[in-house]
Amino acid sequence: MSGKRTPERVNDFTLKLANVNGTGSASANGLLMKGFFRMGIPVSGKNYFPSNIQGLPTWYEIRVSREGYRARSGTVDLMVAMNAQTYAQDLAGVSPGGYLLYDSTWPRSHALAREDVTVLGAPFAQLCNEAFDGVRTRILMKNMVYVGTLAALLDIDMKVVEQLAKDNFGKKPGLVEANMKAIQLGWDYAKANFECPLPFRVEAMDATGGMVMMDGNTTAGLGCVYAGATVGAWYPITPSTSLMDAYRSFCARFRADPETRERRYCVVQAEDELAAIGMVLGASWAGARAFTPTSGPGISLMSEFIGYGYFTEIPAVIFDVQRVGPSTGLPTRTQQGDITLAAYASHGDTRHPVLFPADPTECFDMAVQAFDLAERLQTPVFVLSDLDIGMNDWLCRAPSWDDSYVPDRGKVLSVAELERIEKFRRYADPDGDGIPWRSLPGVHPKGAYFTRGSGHSEAAGYTEDAGEYERLMERLKRKFAGAAALVPAPVLQRADKKASLGLISVGSCDDAVAEARDQLRAEGIRSDYLRIRAFPFNDDVQAFLDEHERIFIIEQNRDGQLRTLLINECRVDGRRLESILHYDGLPMAAAPLVAAVRERLKQGAAA
Amino acid sequence: MTYIAKPKVAYAGLTHNALGLSRRDYEGALSTLCAGCGHDSVTAAIVQACWELSLPPHRMVKLSGIGCSSKTPAYFVSQAHGINTVHGRMPSVATGAAAANRNLRYLGVSGDGDSLSIGLGQFCHAMRRNVRMLYIIENNGVYGLTKGQFSASADIGSKAKKGEINMQPPIDPVLTALAAGATFVARSFSGDKAQLVPLIKAGLAHEGFALIDVLSPCVTFNDHEDSTKSYAFTRQFYHPAVHTDFVPPAEEIRAGYEQGDAMEVELHDGSHLALRKVETEYDPTNRDAAFVKIHERMQAGEWLTGLLYVETGREDMHALNKTVAEPLATLPFKDLCPGAATLERTLARYR
Repeated sequence: MSGKRTPERVNDFTLKLANVNGTGSASANGLLMKGFFRMGIPVSGKNYFPSNIQGLPTWYEIRVSREGYRARSGTVDLMVAMNAQTYAQDLAGVSPGGYLLYDSTWPRSHALAREDVTVLGAPFAQLCNEAFDGVRTRILMKNMVYVGTLAALLDIDMKVVEQLAKDNFGKKPGLVEANMKAIQLGWDYAKANFECPLPFRVEAMDATGGMVMMDGNTTAGLGCVYAGATVGAWYPITPSTSLMDAYRSFCARFRADPETRERRYCVVQAEDELAAIGMVLGASWAGARAFTPTSGPGISLMSEFIGYGYFTEIPAVIFDVQRVGPSTGLPTRTQQGDITLAAYASHGDTRHPVLFPADPTECFDMAVQAFDLAERLQTPVFVLSDLDIGMNDWLCRAPSWDDSYVPDRGKVLSVAELERIEKFRRYADPDGDGIPWRSLPGVHPKGAYFTRGSGHSEAAGYTEDAGEYERLMERLKRKFAGAAALVPAPVLQRADKKASLGLISVGSCDDAVAEARDQLRAEGIRSDYLRIRAFPFNDDVQAFLDEHERIFIIEQNRDGQLRTLLINECRVDGRRLESILHYDGLPMAAAPLVAAVRERLKQGAAA
Repeated sequence: MTYIAKPKVAYAGLTHNALGLSRRDYEGALSTLCAGCGHDSVTAAIVQACWELSLPPHRMVKLSGIGCSSKTPAYFVSQAHGINTVHGRMPSVATGAAAANRNLRYLGVSGDGDSLSIGLGQFCHAMRRNVRMLYIIENNGVYGLTKGQFSASADIGSKAKKGEINMQPPIDPVLTALAAGATFVARSFSGDKAQLVPLIKAGLAHEGFALIDVLSPCVTFNDHEDSTKSYAFTRQFYHPAVHTDFVPPAEEIRAGYEQGDAMEVELHDGSHLALRKVETEYDPTNRDAAFVKIHERMQAGEWLTGLLYVETGREDMHALNKTVAEPLATLPFKDLCPGAATLERTLARYR
């Protein structure tokens, strides 16, 4: 090979696996990723899958990073091209100096070869056909054969691989044996035919202590269990479905009576998203902690009820695991396209608290915070995750729990309190914080009132009175303003010296921004970084806007929705806020961000 | 304004139920519907039924969607929580509330527009889930609040007040309910309180979704000569198929029905329904036969009324979910949160 050789690199490369969906590659790829993790090496995985069950191309990208960078690298050092259909595209996607490994049972002509890419062929299908019987087994085992080959090429610890095979298939000893046999086949072939290891390889580290590999839908579902949510209503939609799956399976373990199997939870699969949010509001109104997971199209459908919840002051927790819009969009790709939608969903003057987790650990924490906020504020609260956070396995700090936690159920009148009061006024503001007291059905006759989405007086009677309507709207505005002090504060990271450049970002952009800041600093470009974690914005956000001459707002949508929200909600000249946007549906990488910042700074101040 | 406090006037001779409450205690705000509206009669029947059942008012929940019918929960049982939801979506709110607190009695009032047009999906799915609630449709074939458009229950040939003739076939709530698997399906007429009150009592006692479609004429927009939902038309073509008597638990069923015409149905709480068949060949426990009979008579322009289908023993939403007996809304937090030690163990598989 005459291509440029990659200089030797340890624990710093990207591996991409091109597969056909429905062939069982996910468990092989997961095993690889977990292998790096168990060797103590920081790793992240991104799954690019089609909206399809079987037969279409799917890719899995694993970035190994000793620095702990979790963002997409945007490069490919080793492509495992297991899908003949996308071979040309996959070969083209390899970074200069990289490698491509493919199934040479059907050898490729050299016509497609690239000078700067080393092509390695291993006859995976042939090895499987000789060693295993049955079509399905051969298809599945082919994945494990390439795991073995990669273990040899990258120096993955075979003891770790074997333990993982036992963990994964331990319930069926025959399967462990078969999988290990396949892995060994691939390993042996590589050792006999290739120069192992490659110039980039792994080496055990100790950098994953206290960490787990989890996706954000699983942690959010777990958070709902820990928050004490008892009613979940939903309509299946990618990429949020696995959140309810997780909630349900954790509940089956922790909330079912061991003897009677009676459940301390109720999950209702609704007929559509309109019904799902209706059920959540009904359950919250009746005193349960209730939630619904959905994605953008679901929020569009729920909007009428969200406004109803805002106006009638009923708690609700809505997880929006964002995907690419508009319309059906790209259902299996990631985006942050629902920021303004969530903030202002529904007709009339409405606004809603929105929490923005940046990784699965925060999904867990914010799930719990969302229920506290929804009940404290008596209003629907959004947790705005996205497909990248929700469905990809992230290396993240293990969620933790404090047993002294007491849920904030907000201002709910007890039997004794209802006994004492002369007349219950549901929508009065006796405490001056804009938050009224509520009563739950079935508790006391004096707590009875009529909830209505039409104009209502402080005593919850119907009214079309101009003054009463205005007072109600002003109180709701006050209540929302007060929420700024209750929601999670933004995270501020300052440059080592005073910086005039500010970066503001949100959610799953965080890792790319952090990595980009490191690179920019190495080039002498200092920046302060504010990661927004909630709407409404608190005073720290205003201070950051005031403090910096020039601010780049980094987000994953076309129209700069976070920027729009900042301009609308803060005191700032929009000309000082410049968007850096990424919205092609793939998770954000640091390199294009570094280039964009560099370029903008070169151009000088914005017009 | 639809919220006018109604003075509670106690007069001598006012009778009290087992809770020591009079009918007045089951009333609500003053109705603001048009004078003569059928819906007000339904409200009166609800008040009567709840009083007779001695339901603790605050253990009831009243729900509705949007429309004239949906205003009425404000007019009965003022000591019960009420919720006026969005148009056509009351069933989902009822489902959620019932999921959270299974020990309250849920009474939903809807209309033909609310249930058969905008809310048809939710109406069907609440029946399919067998959510325990009484669901009353006040059916007048017309949109009253928006001044007289046809609803989905308008009959072919029915003439609107402004002269337009409806040519689309109606969606009949009773046939729809039978098709969707409802376990209690009744039809009545706002002008027949004697029939309606026992049906409401039976529906509130039913362990599952109970539908009563009440023909309830709109005096303002659909009570004219060419209407098929007018008082005159309904009275003329209205045929009770089954008379229902509701017998509370521990009370004897009075004898006196003619052999072959009487049926007894025991409900979950120990109460009984004594069904007297006006049409001797009608079997209210046979879904298929009921469907055929009701449909046949509709084709002939007649309304069969009474408890047209009843099925006891079918699992409701909570039985299917295996929910604990105590309401989810009142479970103590310690029974819900698995705690730090369990979290640590749970996370092991993600390491």
